[in-house]
Amino acid sequence: MSEVVVVDYGAGNTRSVCAALGHLGRATVVTSEPGRIKDADFVILPGVGSARSAMEHLNETGAAAALRDRFTDDVAILGICLGMQLAMARSEEDGGVEGLGLLGGDVVRLREARVPRLGWSVVEPWGEAYYFAHSFAVRSPEAIATVEGVTVAVRHDKFLGVQFHPEKSGPAGLDFLDQCLSLV
Amino acid sequence: MPLPRLIPCLDVAGGRVVKGVSFVGLRDVGDPVELAQYYSDGGADELVFLDITATPEESATMTSVVARVADVLAIPFTVGGGVRSVDDAKRIIESGADRVSINSAALADPSLITAIANRFGSQAVVVAIDAGDGVVHTHGGRVATTTATVPWAREAAERGAGEILLTSIQQDGRRNGYDLALTARVRDAVSIPVIASGGAGSARHVADALRVTDAALVASIVHEDPTGLAGLRKEIEELGVKLRPLSEHYG
Repeated sequence: MSEVVVVDYGAGNTRSVCAALGHLGRATVVTSEPGRIKDADFVILPGVGSARSAMEHLNETGAAAALRDRFTDDVAILGICLGMQLAMARSEEDGGVEGLGLLGGDVVRLREARVPRLGWSVVEPWGEAYYFAHSFAVRSPEAIATVEGVTVAVRHDKFLGVQFHPEKSGPAGLDFLDQCLSLV
Repeated sequence: MPLPRLIPCLDVAGGRVVKGVSFVGLRDVGDPVELAQYYSDGGADELVFLDITATPEESATMTSVVARVADVLAIPFTVGGGVRSVDDAKRIIESGADRVSINSAALADPSLITAIANRFGSQAVVVAIDAGDGVVHTHGGRVATTTATVPWAREAAERGAGEILLTSIQQDGRRNGYDLALTARVRDAVSIPVIASGGAGSARHVADALRVTDAALVASIVHEDPTGLAGLRKEIEELGVKLRPLSEHYG
């Protein structure tokens, strides 16, 4: 069975991601060790917390460099919520934070009547509803899906980023994760 | 705007779900994980667990309930009751909850709202307000403070709360409708989502609340028959409120 690594950056809700993968019969390792991140068959960069503290943690542990190496080698990475946002060049969160810079694009505060955006939205063009909880969103030329004009998924080779939380999106979310894993 | 949310609330005491009327007269209505499973299957958009005893001895019990729910269900949920520090919030979020709800502790020390938001993001902080006669109440609704409800909601939002959970003490458990006027006043005062709570007795009550605000909490109306949530959703949709489309996985 191939190894799925869930990257730990100190504030993420890694438990729910691991539970969701457990439902799919996949064992997970939660770590920020660069060696494990580089060698895993599949890496998930989960998403809860603030951009600044997450990037500090990834830089200090060497996980950031390992993620860049993986990306260059074109090995699968799934970024969830903040995990997707961290893949961009920069974010305006926390007064401006430099991201991993894997993909072109940046992260800006949502401009809508009520922020954070909390709840379920149907993702276009996929037609399925997933659960969102975010105050910031990406702008990227690599966008592949949107909600009301806001980019909610990006893809570049084997990097896939989603703004929603598949691990909290019920059966539809588990299906989504299963499809991601089957691509490896 | 995200789709309107229907949120069953489970009051937890000693690891069991209980329900009272206007915060008193508690009775046992079931196991948290089992009820959560019914609600998840019935199409709950998320869940709220409130530890209504919230003594320090209880916190370990609550953490284990949170972990069991997170391990079994892929559904977003908020946990409140007994969250008095960033460490309390950390313990609950690391156990698998998406958000913590804070009430008395935020009133006593409003900087707690900002501290939790800075660590876990605003989306992780719900400020629960138990409102009656225009003022905020504490101790499960029993003690009136001098803090006015609407200004407190505004302050909570300014300090970094990601959502307001607004309970009308008068309406709670009585099943004769939400306090829509109060809900509208708080909604207009803030630019974060507001959950209406207290008073749901019929699909029409919930539909009315969802026309006023982002989300509605339901408790007594679903606890009698947790398998009835799917039916409630259908009735709400028949009243013209569009809810989340459920995939073919749901019954």
